Amino acid sequence: MSAEAVAALAAVPHTPGAPKPDPILVADHVTRRFGGMTAVDVQHIEVQRGTITALIGPNGAGKTTLFNLLTGFDQPNSGSWTFEGRSLAGVSAARVSKAGMVRTFQLTKALSRMTVMENMRLGAKDQPGESLARALVPPLWRARETEITAKAEELLARFKLYEKRDDFAGSLSGGQRKLLEMARALMSDPTMVMLDEPMAGVNPALTQSLLGHIQSLRDEGTTVLFVEHDMHMVRHISDWVAVMAEGRLVAEGPPGTVMADPAVVDAYLGAHHDTDLGDDALLDESVARQLEREAAAEEQAHEEDQR
Amino acid sequence: MDFERILVTVAGELFAPTTAAYALAAIGLNIHFGLTGLLNFGQAGFMLLGAYGFAISTIAGWPIWAALLVAVACSTVFALILGIPTLKLRGDYLAIVTIAAAEIVRIVGRSTALTNVTGASSGLRGDSYKQTFHALSPFGEGSTTIGPFTYSNSFSNSWWLRVVAWVVVALACLLVWRLMRSPWGRVLKGIREDEDAVRSLGKNVYAYKMQALILGGVIGSLAGILYVLPRAVQPDSMGRPMTFWVWTILLLGGAATVFGPVLGAMLFWSVLMLIRVVGRAVIPSSVMSTAQIEQFGWIIVGVTLMLLVIFRPQGILGDKKELAINVR
Repeated sequence: MSAEAVAALAAVPHTPGAPKPDPILVADHVTRRFGGMTAVDVQHIEVQRGTITALIGPNGAGKTTLFNLLTGFDQPNSGSWTFEGRSLAGVSAARVSKAGMVRTFQLTKALSRMTVMENMRLGAKDQPGESLARALVPPLWRARETEITAKAEELLARFKLYEKRDDFAGSLSGGQRKLLEMARALMSDPTMVMLDEPMAGVNPALTQSLLGHIQSLRDEGTTVLFVEHDMHMVRHISDWVAVMAEGRLVAEGPPGTVMADPAVVDAYLGAHHDTDLGDDALLDESVARQLEREAAAEEQAHEEDQR
Repeated sequence: MDFERILVTVAGELFAPTTAAYALAAIGLNIHFGLTGLLNFGQAGFMLLGAYGFAISTIAGWPIWAALLVAVACSTVFALILGIPTLKLRGDYLAIVTIAAAEIVRIVGRSTALTNVTGASSGLRGDSYKQTFHALSPFGEGSTTIGPFTYSNSFSNSWWLRVVAWVVVALACLLVWRLMRSPWGRVLKGIREDEDAVRSLGKNVYAYKMQALILGGVIGSLAGILYVLPRAVQPDSMGRPMTFWVWTILLLGGAATVFGPVLGAMLFWSVLMLIRVVGRAVIPSSVMSTAQIEQFGWIIVGVTLMLLVIFRPQGILGDKKELAINVR
C-alpha cells in the first residue's frame, strides 16, 4: 500500500501546496501571529497518506509552530484543516490524538518519575480503568492491561529498551528518551505520527536503527510527518520534502529535487550543505582558500545588491 | 518528672480523633499534590466547609446521612468553583486561588451578618450538632478504661468517635492504594510529571485534574467533620495554620505514598505533645511560661519542616530513588 502511495507522488508537481492523489492531511490558510510577527502563514499544504514527509527549514521558519497548531497545542489566528476528511481546527490536543494523529516533542517529554513501562502503558487507548469509577474494580480493566503490557513489551523490544522497562524514565539517556517517546506514541496505533526533530541528540549508532523504525512504520501503513535539521536523514528516508521559510511554504518535491532547488539552497541549506564539517579534507590549505574566495565573492555580490 | 504520665499523654495523641482528622485531610491533599501535582493551599477551606455543612444541616434537624451529603456537596461545589477557572492555567495559579478561597470561607463564616446560621466568630457549639452522631453509638453511656486510657463511651471525645475516625482513615488509605495502582492513578501521575505529554497521548487532562481536586476536597470535608465532632466549629481555628500543618504532615510522612499521611499525622501530634509535656516538666516557669512553651512547640514544627524539605524532601516513607531524578 505504501509503495503505491509513494509511487503516486511521482506525478505530483514540484510546487508549494501541490495537490496529492490521496491526502490524509489538508490545511488551508493557516496563520499564527505572535504580536507583530507572523510565525506561520501557510496557504495550502497536503500530506500524502502512507508516505514519509519531511518538513525542513531554517530556525524560526515556523515548523514547530505549525506542528503545534495542527495537533491542537496552539490556536491559530485563522485557518482550517482536515485529517482523514474530518475538520480538526479548534479541536483539543487530546481529541486530535484520539483521532489518530499523535505527536512527539522537540524537547523530549519523558515522564521522569515513572518507569519506562508505565510510560508505555500510558500511551495506550481504550483502557477502561482510566475512568475513576471503573479504576476501583480491577476485573474491569485487568484483561486490557495485560494486552497493553504485551504490546508495550513488543514495542520496547523493537526499540531496544526492553531491559530498561523497570527503570525510571528520568534515568535514561537523551537518545533513549527520544526512543521511548516515539515508542510511547506508537502505543495507540496512530494513523499518522508527527515527529519533531526525532534525531536531535541521538547518537549515530542509534540513528541508524531509528531510521529503520521510521521506515518500517511507513511500510506498515502509518503516515509520518517529521521536522528535522539532519539533511542526511531527510535525504535518506523521506519520500517527499516540504520546505518552510519565514512562516511560508516555499518549496515541495522529492528530496533530490528539492535540495537541488537554488531557492532552497539559498534560503536554508547553503552552498556547502553537503560538506562534512568533520572531514579532514577541510583542513587542507587549498580548500580553505577556496572557501574564503567564495565567501568574499558572496559578500561582494551582496554589497552590490544593496547598492 | 513523671515519665509514665508523659508517655500516656503522648501515646494518647497517636490515636486521638484530631490526629485521625489531620491524617484524613492529608490523605485528601495527597491526592491533590502527591498524585496529581496540584498545589492546593486551601485544604482548611474544604475542612471548614465540610464542618459547616454537617453542623448547620444537623442543627436544622436533618438526619446524619443527609448532613454528610450536604458536606460532600459543599466541598464538590467548592472544588468546581476553584477548578473551573484555574485548572487550565499553570499550577501556581491554583495555589494562589485556593489559599484566598479558604480565607474567604473562613471570613464569610465569621461575619456577623451570618450570626444566626454560622454563629459568626464564636462559631457553633458542639452540643448543638453532636446528638445524631452520638445516637448511632452502640457503646452506650458511661466511660471505659482500656490500659491507661480512659474516655467516655459515646460522647464528644469518645471511644466511639475514635473507632469511626480510624475506620474512615483506613478506608481512605484503601481507596488511595487502589487508585494509585490503577490506570486512573497512572494518568494522574503522568499529569504530575508533564501535562502536555499526557495531552499528546489523548487524555483529557482538565477532566482528570478536576476529578482529583473534587475527590481530595471531599475527603478533606470529611476530615473537617471528624475534626469538629470532639469540639466546636470555630472558624478561626480552621484557618491558614491548619492548611500548613496538613502540608507539614504530608511532607513529613511522604507525598505519593499510601501510609505517609497517617504516619505523618501520628508523629506530628505526638512529638508536639512530647515537646509540650517535657517542656512543662523540665523548663522552670521563670525561663519560659506554659503559654510560651506552647509557642515554642510551634517554632520546633517550623524548623522541622524546613529541615525536612532541605534534607529529606521525599519524607519518611517516600522513595529516595523516585525523588533523586531531576524533573525536566
